[in-house]
Amino acid sequence: MAVLVVADHNNAALADSVAKAVTAAQKLGGDIDVLVAGSNAGAAATEASKLAGVRKVLHADDPLYGKLLAEPVAKLIVSKAAEYDAFVAPATANGKNIMPRVAALLDVMQISDAIAIESADTFVRPIYAGNAIATVQSTDPKKVVTVRTATFKAAEATGSAAIENIGAEGDPAMSSFVSEEIVKSDRPELTAAKIVISGGRALGSHENFEKLIYPIADKLGAAVGASRAAVDAGYMPNDYQVGQTGKVIAPQLYIAVGISGAIQHLAGMKDSKVIVAINKDEEAPIFQIADYGLVGDLFKILPELEAAL
Amino acid sequence: MKILVPVKRVVDYNVKVRVKSDQTGVDLANVKMSMNPFDEIAVEEAVRLLEAKVATEVVAVSIGPEKAQDQIRQALAMGADRGLLIKTDDEIEPLAVAKLLKAVCEAEKPDLVIMGKQAIDDDSNQTGQMLAALLGWPQGTFASKVVKDGDKVNVTREVDGGLQTVALKIPAVVTTDLRLNEPRYASLPNIMKAKKKPLDTKTPADYGVSTAPRLKVLKVAEPPKRTGGAKVDSVATLISKLKNEAGVL
Ligand SMILES: Cc1cc2nc3c(=O)[nH]c(=O)nc-3n(C[C@H](O)[C@H](O)[C@H](O)COP(=O)(O)OP(=O)(O)OC[C@H]3O[C@@H](n4cnc5c(N)ncnc54)[C@H](O)[C@@H]3O)c2cc1C
Ligand SMILES: Nc1ncnc2c1ncn2[C@@H]1O[C@H](COP(=O)(O)O)[C@@H](O)[C@H]1O
Repeated sequence: MAVLVVADHNNAALADSVAKAVTAAQKLGGDIDVLVAGSNAGAAATEASKLAGVRKVLHADDPLYGKLLAEPVAKLIVSKAAEYDAFVAPATANGKNIMPRVAALLDVMQISDAIAIESADTFVRPIYAGNAIATVQSTDPKKVVTVRTATFKAAEATGSAAIENIGAEGDPAMSSFVSEEIVKSDRPELTAAKIVISGGRALGSHENFEKLIYPIADKLGAAVGASRAAVDAGYMPNDYQVGQTGKVIAPQLYIAVGISGAIQHLAGMKDSKVIVAINKDEEAPIFQIADYGLVGDLFKILPELEAAL
Repeated sequence: MKILVPVKRVVDYNVKVRVKSDQTGVDLANVKMSMNPFDEIAVEEAVRLLEAKVATEVVAVSIGPEKAQDQIRQALAMGADRGLLIKTDDEIEPLAVAKLLKAVCEAEKPDLVIMGKQAIDDDSNQTGQMLAALLGWPQGTFASKVVKDGDKVNVTREVDGGLQTVALKIPAVVTTDLRLNEPRYASLPNIMKAKKKPLDTKTPADYGVSTAPRLKVLKVAEPPKRTGGAKVDSVATLISKLKNEAGVL
């Protein structure tokens, strides 16, 4: 049995989720290799080689892979298919984009968003926005799996695997990168943070996020999140969205401010260890899952909270 | 330009589903069903391209039970030109859906397929990528903007950290994210008109596609319950509880 973990990265650094995907891959049994396809991605490949439990790193360095476009990366992965029984990637935007393409090319059904791996063919995954948990057994000869990294521990950086340079697979020449707008932030990443404070529609503006949420986030070393309503209203960028169709996270502490607690939002945060809800409506559904609910006006409570920390 | 829009009949997004006590699945008896929200966004985008005269025809297709006609009619009422139902009472996995849609694409020859990024029942987020792979077409997933530019379509995608724009050679597959547009409500006159629009019915066998599942569902369980509901009366109590009781500060 051999497993290929497909790394997510931005060339300069490996995404935190990769170390967790390696842990997930270990549950399948067998040797684990990591594929780093990128452009000038030596730093990311080196990081991957340090992950405990990795046999070797396959490093394909070519401008073709600089933005991890699905068409060329899937083609590269499929060219290695004969050597592997399973392909695992974190369920990040890149993982979700690339892996189903690989699965279809291999004629297998992907297992999306696994939260547990019970054996080499049996997986646990949430369905219906996490309101049901399915255990499924794959009958396909090869497995293609994306994993929810919130539920797996990161592999430690204690290894020293060999890095094998592999060539590019040729350009399918059907898609090309045009531009990107990546928001830089000094705060911890939403999916990796121990504490997350999220704001909802009730915040009313981006300025209020800056004025009321950010100072608390900075005091707590927390990441900032948002509900869909807050994102749709333009208060926060799209990749701050927590929920069924945004980021799924499980921090030690999640603070929901002015968020009602729709099922789609709960799907993204209900596995947090401790949940705090601040809402002026004591009937808000968020209180049903909150460990500590504080009923009141956020415009009064947040400044008090900041001062008290 | 011809656009194909696959639409799935799913549990309405406001319904909190219940797991069956024998753990074989979720209870869908007498539950409100609707068009998958991401597919409404896909229909809206296609119809806007039609109205802007960028597209010439929009075809809505659904794979599902007889009742999936309701969702196709909704797409027609929103402005799609005709519908196709591939009728089956089985649950069809994304890979088989993608194979059926590939066969439809070979017959219909659309320039663009616009579909949802994710069905809110199985939460798979696979079918569009799989369809693109099977057709050998490029894919623009999680789209928040779609602009046709000659023989290409520029798709702005929601990715980790922000937005990425890619140029895809037509024909291509686009999957929608929530912020692409706000779908319209069909007006009553348009709902009446939609009843007269053509709706074809076929079966998976007509396309020679095997829909046998690859995943065996061993069980479907309730998620672990949280025991929430406790309230605190002040910021001071909150902080003290987070420090001393929960140990997370
Ligand atoms: C297909 C689909 C996918 C979706 N995916 C997601 C997703 O991934 N993530 C997500 O979050 N949503 C998602 N949604 C949207 C979801 O259904 C809700 O509409 C959304 O979560 C509501 O956001 P909100 O709680 O900020 O706003 P609201 O529901 O409007 O709640 C605002 C809350 O603020 C409280 N409030 C108002 N003023 C104050 C004040 N001064 N002080 C304190 N409290 C106050 C109110 O009591 C209320 O509870 C999705 C919906 C669909 C259809
Ligand atoms: N049975 C179906 N009929 C029509 N379209 C479907 C069907 N299943 C999935 N789709 C399309 O594929 C998208 C993604 O679904 P999924 O991969 O199951 O999350 C949906 O938003 C639909 O556009």
